[in-house]
Amino acid sequence: MSAKHSVASLDNVGLSHDGGANFVLRNVSLTLEQGEFVALLGPSGVGKSTLLRVFMGLMQPTEGTVGGSACTTDAEETGTKRRRRALVFQDARLMPWRSVLKNVEFGLEGLGLTREEKRTRAMDALKLVGLEEAADRWPRRMSGGQRQRVGVARAFTVNPDLLLMDEPFGALDPITRSSLQEELQRIWQQTHKTVLFVTHDIEEALRLATRVVVLAGGPPAGITGEIAITMDERNPESTVFRTYAARLRAMIAGEKDPGGAPYWRSAEI
Amino acid sequence: MRDKVSFSTKWALGLIGLIVFFGGWEAAIRTGLLPSGMVPAPSSLGPAWLDEVRGGFWQQAILDSLHHYLLGLLIGSVLGAGLGILCGMVAVVDGLLEGIVRLLRPVPGLAWVPFAILWFGLNTSGATFVIAISVFWINFYAAHSAVRGVDPELYELAAAFGHGGFFGRLFKVVLPAASPGLMSGLRTGLGQGWMSVVAAELFGVPGIGARMMQASSLLATDVVVVYMLTMALLYAVTDFLFGFVRKRVLRWQP
Repeated sequence: MSAKHSVASLDNVGLSHDGGANFVLRNVSLTLEQGEFVALLGPSGVGKSTLLRVFMGLMQPTEGTVGGSACTTDAEETGTKRRRRALVFQDARLMPWRSVLKNVEFGLEGLGLTREEKRTRAMDALKLVGLEEAADRWPRRMSGGQRQRVGVARAFTVNPDLLLMDEPFGALDPITRSSLQEELQRIWQQTHKTVLFVTHDIEEALRLATRVVVLAGGPPAGITGEIAITMDERNPESTVFRTYAARLRAMIAGEKDPGGAPYWRSAEI
Repeated sequence: MRDKVSFSTKWALGLIGLIVFFGGWEAAIRTGLLPSGMVPAPSSLGPAWLDEVRGGFWQQAILDSLHHYLLGLLIGSVLGAGLGILCGMVAVVDGLLEGIVRLLRPVPGLAWVPFAILWFGLNTSGATFVIAISVFWINFYAAHSAVRGVDPELYELAAAFGHGGFFGRLFKVVLPAASPGLMSGLRTGLGQGWMSVVAAELFGVPGIGARMMQASSLLATDVVVVYMLTMALLYAVTDFLFGFVRKRVLRWQP
């Protein structure tokens, strides 16, 4: 296998909810490479979640095509004991009638695993998010941050090639939020999954992602720019970080990219 | 605002209420306030009950009625909840059945008795049919609204994890998510079933209802009341037993 290959890609995708002329997204092309952490940044209501659902296969594009190894429709999952794509919802979306462990196991049902296999893998995923002690608890007894950890565990347990996250920390308080961000960063560095992370928070995007893609304008909305970030540029106090934030703000507002990347990077952009 | 009463006080109050009720009733008959020919004295109920037990009528009536009740309850609940779930999940079925449902719903169980006799005869099947119909509607409506009330976001969750098909949605989302509504439908049907036992047996199928009719035609009001209380007891027992099932199924609820 080559060092990098496309896990998921959209080619000139357009989407209108009624199939008619009222497009919410148009001419969107975006390729996710193996191991990337891409933040999809844009204002609320612009269609980020919709775009995520196209990647997930929950919505069919009105025009254009979806490709990549994780998204091709022959993704026959039964027997492989894993799913190629997994989604983390903004609202955790746990099933109140299932215990924490059973909620995580839900990701594994229908894959032909034995009861023990499901249990072991779900427990491993709970360990990954630090909740192995909470396996037998009911979701309603948990805090928002804990519930979202369960949602993350449910997605990780299916061992996906592509992890899609829909503003997963958007509804949390700032302290819980930043601890979950750090945890996600640690898990990503351990597992090197390809991640597409939807957010409307510029700082969150810059702190987590290797590449930030801006979806703005419209309707129909389109991709108005992107910035690649290296690990050592992630310090929020640094000038580079602030320059990037300013550029992203301009892209969201639909203005021309003011530039201002460090000279050693400007050639790439 | 309601003032709070502890569990044991509540029980004691209920008991006092019953004692006052039966005591007042007895007193009213002894003082001649109530004509004894119209209403039996509570003190006559014990002997009347013993007579029924000695003759074996009481036991046989309960067995017969229990047979009708359980069979009617099973058929009515399964069909009612099943069709209610189907209508709640599939818009086309819901639309197709809407007119028919509106037409048949207001028909009381008793009105089906002529057809029960015609189609099934004066036997267990006829009585079962009448009970099943009244239980059917309760479960149909309970299931229908419970399924319509399922959070649509759970369907998206199921679809995201490979359970987007009809059976995936049914078993992974609808049945558990709608279980509180389904359970309350079953529970209401449990009570409604006992009420329709009388209607189902009025026309002569042996059981508690038939025994009551026989007794009332002989003006044996004490026997009628014995069977009224018997039915209340049977309902209390079934409701109590169902409470365990309900608690087990809904243990995730607060």
